[in-house]
Amino acid sequence: MARFGLRTEAAQGYVMVSPTLIFTVLLLAVPLIAIVVLSFWTQNFMEFDRSVTLANYREAVSDPIYGTLMGRSLWIAGAVTLVTVVLAFPIAYFVSFHVPQERKALWIFLITIPFWTSYLLRVFLWKVILGFNGVLNSSLQGIGIIEEPLTFLLYNANAVVITLAHAYAPFTILPIYVALEKIDRSLLEAARDLGETAWGTFRRVTLPLAMPGVIAATLIVFIPVIGDYVTPRLVGGPNGLMISNMIQTQFLRLNNAPMGAALAVSAMTIVGSMALLLVYLTRNIGRAPK
Amino acid sequence: MSGRVLRIYAILYLVFLYLPVLLLPVFAFNDGTIIAFPLNGFTTAWFAELVAIPALHEALGNSLIIATVTAMLSTTLGVFAARASTRFQFPGKAGIMGFIMVPLVLPEIIVAVSLLVVLLQLGLSLSIWSVILGHTLICTPFCIAILSSSFSGLDRSLEEAAIDLGETRLSAFRLVILPLVTPGIIAALLISFTISLDEFIIAFFLTGTEPTLPVYIWSQLRFPQKLPVIMALGTLLILLSLILIGSAEMLRRRGLHKSGQKDAGGFL
Repeated sequence: MARFGLRTEAAQGYVMVSPTLIFTVLLLAVPLIAIVVLSFWTQNFMEFDRSVTLANYREAVSDPIYGTLMGRSLWIAGAVTLVTVVLAFPIAYFVSFHVPQERKALWIFLITIPFWTSYLLRVFLWKVILGFNGVLNSSLQGIGIIEEPLTFLLYNANAVVITLAHAYAPFTILPIYVALEKIDRSLLEAARDLGETAWGTFRRVTLPLAMPGVIAATLIVFIPVIGDYVTPRLVGGPNGLMISNMIQTQFLRLNNAPMGAALAVSAMTIVGSMALLLVYLTRNIGRAPK
Repeated sequence: MSGRVLRIYAILYLVFLYLPVLLLPVFAFNDGTIIAFPLNGFTTAWFAELVAIPALHEALGNSLIIATVTAMLSTTLGVFAARASTRFQFPGKAGIMGFIMVPLVLPEIIVAVSLLVVLLQLGLSLSIWSVILGHTLICTPFCIAILSSSFSGLDRSLEEAAIDLGETRLSAFRLVILPLVTPGIIAALLISFTISLDEFIIAFFLTGTEPTLPVYIWSQLRFPQKLPVIMALGTLLILLSLILIGSAEMLRRRGLHKSGQKDAGGFL
């Protein structure tokens, strides 16, 4: 009877989740399989040549432009992740440990608001700030710090890193904050009672227990940043373009969807394996040693 | 001591987060065609100009239709998934829920090109509907995150009591569960509406001949003389987002209060 009850509950669960699951399979799994298949085809004028070939991948490896763009996307995403996580950790720590309980929700709300305002406009505003006649240059000239406008601010990879770090900042704070909130405060008291300094307690108790949040934050920034299109296009200039700009060019400009698909699949594979590697390497952090 | 240093840092950080957005109204009301300091004078001309651009109104109309339908679809799908994950135990639940949440981290360009490939291969033409499908896919995980916290706080004995007193499963859901999670549902509607209204990449790839508002803005960004008008438009859009998100946050808190939960902060 108990087993029967369990089975009905499972069945009810499957029925309940099925509309969302079917939708996601049709609109996510099927399309992802489709671009993997497409990446093994080639473009033959207006038609696809459906014979399976590795030609696109061979081109992706042999033509240096793709390697350059992929390499740049990876280091930009790495730099953005590092900057956002390092800058975000003290904020998450401050809200979790120093803000009174009843004000925490307000702080988190204030931090997340910019995330909900138009991404396109936020990126564009950085172009306005960093540009040749932009806000920063005109202000600095206005108060007489510089004579000529600074030209190294815009249209390079640094501008892309600054803009993306700003755009993804709220995204990193939340997972770290959630991990810090879960820490049992009596563990910290115990560490202090047993003779650890404040810094020692932070390093040996708080930080390891916060690591799951830091890892989640890393993934939640690194993966989408690799595929960012708007920021490199608006503030990157020719030397700040990333892999997604090339994917867009292949699909919409050069009319070579299979090549674009091969680049998209390559990017996903590289990012996916890096993410899995990170999760694997850090799987024991924050757990008690056996 | 360290608390004070952290507080100063936190305030500086908030200033950094808000600074770019605060520039929008500054230049929207500035009487000059160049977006730079020093400012020239106060004008509302750029806002007045917004009224006289038919292409903009068309894009706004498309965006509102897309955002409304997306909000309803993704919230409905979110209710199913959140209810399933909080009320029932079934084998493979973690995997299934993880899979449904994937669009949250997947780069949007991947979602966009893969949907584009399938739609074109099926011989379907791009329209408002293709954008709606793409937006529903990326909004559903956000809805699930919000709704899960509404559903997870519910006391199961309330529902069981209703059934013992003669209600069916469906009517117990409608009469007992639904009123308790209504704030969460409205919050999910508002959030997904906001995401859809702002989303650019998927709309850019899937829009066909009916541009959304962000796609229209994108097309205007390369004309310097159009920028003050875009600043005015952006100011209005950000005000709208703030109102929507502020209402969603208030509802979320009220919902938590109603079902007697502690506020853990934030939507996600």
